[in-house]
Amino acid sequence: MLELSPLEIEALRLSLRVGAWSVLASLPLGLAAAFLLARRRFPGKLLLDGLVHLPLVLPPVVVGFALLVLFGRHGPIGGVLYERLGISFAFNWKGAALASAVMGFPLMVRAMRLSLELVDRRLEQAARTLGAGRLRVFLTITLPLMAPGILTGVILAFARSISEFGATITFVSNIPGETRTLPLALYALTQVPGGDAAAWRLAVLSVALAMAALIVSELVARRLGRRLQGLA
Amino acid sequence: MIEVEVEKRLGSFELAARFAAPDAGVTALFGRSGAGKTSIVNMPAGLLRPDRGRISVGGETLFSSADGVDLPPERRRLGYIFQEGRLFPHYSVRGNLTYGAGRHDPAIGFDAVVALLGLGALLERRPGDLSGGEKQRVAIGRALLASPRLLLMDEPLASLDAPRKGEILPFIERLRDELRIPIFYVSHAMEEIVRLADTLVLLSDGKVAAVGTVEELTSRLDLRPLTGRYEAGAVIRATVAGHDVTYGLTELSFPGGRLRVSHLALPLGTPVRVRIRARDVALATTRPTGISIRNVVAARVVEIAPDQGPLVDIRLDIGRPEQPVALWARITKRAARELNLAVGGEVFALLKTVALDRSSLGRYDPAAGAFGDDEAG
Repeated sequence: MLELSPLEIEALRLSLRVGAWSVLASLPLGLAAAFLLARRRFPGKLLLDGLVHLPLVLPPVVVGFALLVLFGRHGPIGGVLYERLGISFAFNWKGAALASAVMGFPLMVRAMRLSLELVDRRLEQAARTLGAGRLRVFLTITLPLMAPGILTGVILAFARSISEFGATITFVSNIPGETRTLPLALYALTQVPGGDAAAWRLAVLSVALAMAALIVSELVARRLGRRLQGLA
Repeated sequence: MIEVEVEKRLGSFELAARFAAPDAGVTALFGRSGAGKTSIVNMPAGLLRPDRGRISVGGETLFSSADGVDLPPERRRLGYIFQEGRLFPHYSVRGNLTYGAGRHDPAIGFDAVVALLGLGALLERRPGDLSGGEKQRVAIGRALLASPRLLLMDEPLASLDAPRKGEILPFIERLRDELRIPIFYVSHAMEEIVRLADTLVLLSDGKVAAVGTVEELTSRLDLRPLTGRYEAGAVIRATVAGHDVTYGLTELSFPGGRLRVSHLALPLGTPVRVRIRARDVALATTRPTGISIRNVVAARVVEIAPDQGPLVDIRLDIGRPEQPVALWARITKRAARELNLAVGGEVFALLKTVALDRSSLGRYDPAAGAFGDDEAG
């Protein structure tokens, strides 16, 4: 009963891989967006803010459809990527990771932006009077102080990726071993007669995975919090 | 020489300050809150950009609007000690201390700073469980280890209670006396300035109202509104002339007389500055007898400056003919009339020893001030 079937293992491994890659790839972009939104003033800031948050309010199917149009092998972006670099997002796990990354992006940016706004800029000033240039200040003061926000952003984006369904199935379809992550596998099981028991097992697996991610993040956040209050 | 000449508009506040400070000793920036003190020290530090002006330290231009020079803070080599310490919470005390170290040849090494500021037991602690006074000592050490050419201190004691202030002040005196790094010291507490500063820059509404020695500016009547009415008084330079071990007193000598104060742990001949508040001075027309006050000094009335209220400020000279020493007495108008006080009249100034506490006494460096030829006797 506790043994996972090969199909379940396949879906779980794919989910983890898609989740990890979507988070890793969007992390630098997310940091940059958070930095721009928290620290810079520029024309079009409101527009960027809106664009970042759009996946949060749009139906996931719309996001999936937009990705299909833009990143398909003949799309304006996907076409160039495929012809120049040989990279394709169409109907493979990379596409699933891309869809997850887009859907998780607002959550990631939001958490990081909030924590960046809470970083005491007077500490950054103090570091500069001690001879540290902008980059060193960012790496040694800003980044460590916003670490809880980065962690929260990563966990939220990862959890969002694990549960991503609409955009993924629209963009890259439901291909076993390639794009069939846990939610898609669960969906497939509900479409066949007698798949209920197997669907239950996947549902429980999804819950366990999400809970584990949240608990780990909470434990790490506590440690970081103490450290950042200058206590541990 | 440190030269500051800056103009800056901050909302409706217009800041325009110009002053020069010597390469050694403490230059105090004194003014009420809102006078622009912090803004003015932020400009040499590179944390606030002047609209116009020029800032140079020891011949190097840090900022010049005319020549388009504006060095970033990290290249100015000025140590900044902030009111709130601003220690990095995610570093240990050791990590904080060494954050800015090693970029320049240190004038003072890590071990020496740790010893000077008594930080040995704190090195592995985190800023979160340090007391306010300990945090400020770490902040001072951190700034020193970055080998600054000038230390900027923005009310470093303001967030501390009186005992903690008393704990930090001797350390700042040691910086001044032993390391000979010039210090800009922002404060609105006259007792800190008397104890530490050689040169005083009086600020009012974003402008420099006066620059001079602490003695000179605190004795000027026209600056009273700025130097403080309640705290008004004179600052006298004296030297340690003797110790009375039996009674725990120290005798100070100034041109024209002697003063007894509570025991000072300073060697004979040490130059000290004594602040005597006008309200602590009483006057008598004849030398009183049968009185507990031990400090009775012959004085001549130089000026009588009536207050709006019932009080009057009497300016006295308690020095020698060739070496005048100013002292202020604040008495009631009624007393002044009944004693028939007049300019040129001879009186005796009475000073309680207990009024001259440790907070009104500071060592000073005769070489750093404008004059300093006081000799014992």
